[in-house]
Amino acid sequence: MRLHLSPEDHAFRDEMRTFFTTAVPQSIRDAVAARRELTREQFVETQQVLNAAGLAVPHWPVEWGGRAWTPLQRHIWHEEMMAACVPPPLAFNTTMVGPVIATFGSQEQKERFLPPTANLDIWWCQGFSEPDAGSDLASLRTTAVRDGDDWVVNGQKTWTTLGQHADWIFCLVRTDPAAPKRQRGISFLLFPMDSPGVTLRPIELIDGGHEVNEVFFEDVRVPAGNLVGEENRGWDYAKFLLGNERVGVAPVASTKRLLAQAKEHARGLEVGGRPLAEDPLMAARIAELENELLALELTAIRVVANSADGRPHPASSVLKLRGTELQQAVTELVVDIAGPAAVASSAEGDSTVPEWARLATPAYLNFRKASIYGGSNEVQRQIIAGSILGL
Amino acid sequence: MEFSYDNEQVALREAVHGLLTRAYGGDQRRAVTAKDPGFDEDTWGRLAEMGVLGLPFAEADGGMGAGPVEVSIVAEEVGRVLAPEPFVAAVVLAGGLVSDVGTAAQRSEVLGALAEGTLVPAFAHQEPGSRWEPTARSVTATADGDGWRLTGVKEPVPHGARADLLVVSAAVEGATRLFLVRADSAGLTRTGYRTHDGTRAAKVEFDGTPAELLGAGDADRAAAVEKAQARARVAYAHEALGAMETALTTTAEYLRTRKQFGVTLNKFQALTFRAADMYVSLELARSTVLWATLVVDADGDVVAAADRARLQVSRASRHLGKEAIQLHGGIGMTAEYKIGHYTSRLTAIDHLLGDGDWALARLAATVGDHETVDPLS
Repeated sequence: MRLHLSPEDHAFRDEMRTFFTTAVPQSIRDAVAARRELTREQFVETQQVLNAAGLAVPHWPVEWGGRAWTPLQRHIWHEEMMAACVPPPLAFNTTMVGPVIATFGSQEQKERFLPPTANLDIWWCQGFSEPDAGSDLASLRTTAVRDGDDWVVNGQKTWTTLGQHADWIFCLVRTDPAAPKRQRGISFLLFPMDSPGVTLRPIELIDGGHEVNEVFFEDVRVPAGNLVGEENRGWDYAKFLLGNERVGVAPVASTKRLLAQAKEHARGLEVGGRPLAEDPLMAARIAELENELLALELTAIRVVANSADGRPHPASSVLKLRGTELQQAVTELVVDIAGPAAVASSAEGDSTVPEWARLATPAYLNFRKASIYGGSNEVQRQIIAGSILGL
Repeated sequence: MEFSYDNEQVALREAVHGLLTRAYGGDQRRAVTAKDPGFDEDTWGRLAEMGVLGLPFAEADGGMGAGPVEVSIVAEEVGRVLAPEPFVAAVVLAGGLVSDVGTAAQRSEVLGALAEGTLVPAFAHQEPGSRWEPTARSVTATADGDGWRLTGVKEPVPHGARADLLVVSAAVEGATRLFLVRADSAGLTRTGYRTHDGTRAAKVEFDGTPAELLGAGDADRAAAVEKAQARARVAYAHEALGAMETALTTTAEYLRTRKQFGVTLNKFQALTFRAADMYVSLELARSTVLWATLVVDADGDVVAAADRARLQVSRASRHLGKEAIQLHGGIGMTAEYKIGHYTSRLTAIDHLLGDGDWALARLAATVGDHETVDPLS
């Protein structure tokens, strides 16, 4: 039992902090701090800066750019990155398809895809969810039928995040409709988004933003060599992909940063002759959130420290569940601090409403998604009840 | 930052767990707590033989020279079986004050006997009308020759009637100082009673009672009381963790076995989701409490860390305590079945040294002093 970081980890943290606060363009970090939407170019530039320094894919195998860090070092890397307002490497590339190709792909697939995936020369999007396959992913119906040297894909995916920026899609498709278990007949296919027969349609969300899409496939021909691993084993790879990440499961540093900003905003507003931050109810609400976030951060460190054997720590579902709840609670707090100004979400340049207050409500509405994606919080409760409590 | 126990700490846990499970693994607790002093003197003696009662004290004072991590392990095992022995009250709090403030002679005399199991001390601090302050007001001390005399009332004093020695806080010209009062002192009246959780407390009246100043010099001891209580808050937090863990595993076992409508209760998602939320509360509280223990170990900002642990554990213990009864249904209401006793003990711990809102008010008062809370700094 030890409270402090070891001298080596302390030095590592300083190194990360210095890099993230100096090497990534200030304009990009400012945009993240202000909670503005980033452009494709800003994502790409950041990831390429990180990749050039060996900081984009530290958890990959060493021969493909990994760093063989300890779990705690990876945690520090992630938290310092978020604390510095650096947009993290694109998850679809670095924590999803990359590790799947590195683990299950052919040598040819690794050589072809891994370097551009790490460098965001290829922007990947995820083709998992379908209109009738959300939390119950195994009920997916998009099919791929073998025709000569190709697979022919038909069906529809949805909730495809940032698909409008994507070059390629990794896609779960049903290749054996007659399999005895529905999880058995699924394969993992890769193909370009500009393949003939792929149509992307934006979905406008409740915050007015365009973040997710529907993707339609009509007789899309995919070369057989683009199937990852074994035919009909795609479910295993999807489970690997979804259970692969132990670091950054809970958005700790970004939520802490937002809460610190919220305190700053509350200090700048005067209510009844004193700063809103000194209102007893407001101060208590902030203090309780800080304490909850501390508990979350410490739990994340416990989970990271105990995941060295490669198996998930049972408490990692706690991180997803509580991490998103707190993320949502802080976005809600910011709306409440903005108060009447929170209504002015679309105010333009010469408005008296500051930018943070204009963005507060759309962000609050947008982050209702957090307890739904990545395995809804009800799915996390099911995991805790089933695999931890034996219920 | 590192949260794993070394081999010696694991061995300590196994030894204490074995001893306390033998003592309270069945339904012995009800019989033990039915009669005074509300705990089992033989078990207390065995804890002394094991070295547990002298754990945190210096070897020169008759202790084992162990740290807060070892103390936390014992407290968790006490909580796990709801052992009624006053480990935190006597060793961590009353003993801790003597260790911090006492002269060499006082430390050796009191802590040596405490470690051997021959002397049970209690901290008499709470006064009618006061609310978890570190200061004394209505009990006053006046100098009398070489000694002192105390006047006033302390209540409730945990284990105050059984205690062989009272560590008493008293006001002296606006300052708070600490005194030792022997159980057989003249002018001392103790009225003991059973508390809702099966332990004991007392009304302790001082009427010109002779007392010995604890420690030398005329320093105000309010800060010492604050710090000793902070360490006790962390130790009680571990006792609560042990109790919450048993409450949860007992509840889960009940959901797996109890049948209604022809099926076991774990077929009802409305119930299993609530059990999952109990687990979330427990694990988040555990993280904060482990961290607070390491802050005590490193002698960091112990008071603030204890407040953070207190708040998290207060919220968690109320959540788990209430849900444990509700998920059991009617059986959870009966004194014969154990789960309600866990809720009762958790409720007592919640009010011994400050509840969650009390801790939150203190944290809220300092929330503007920092940008973020950073446990890795």
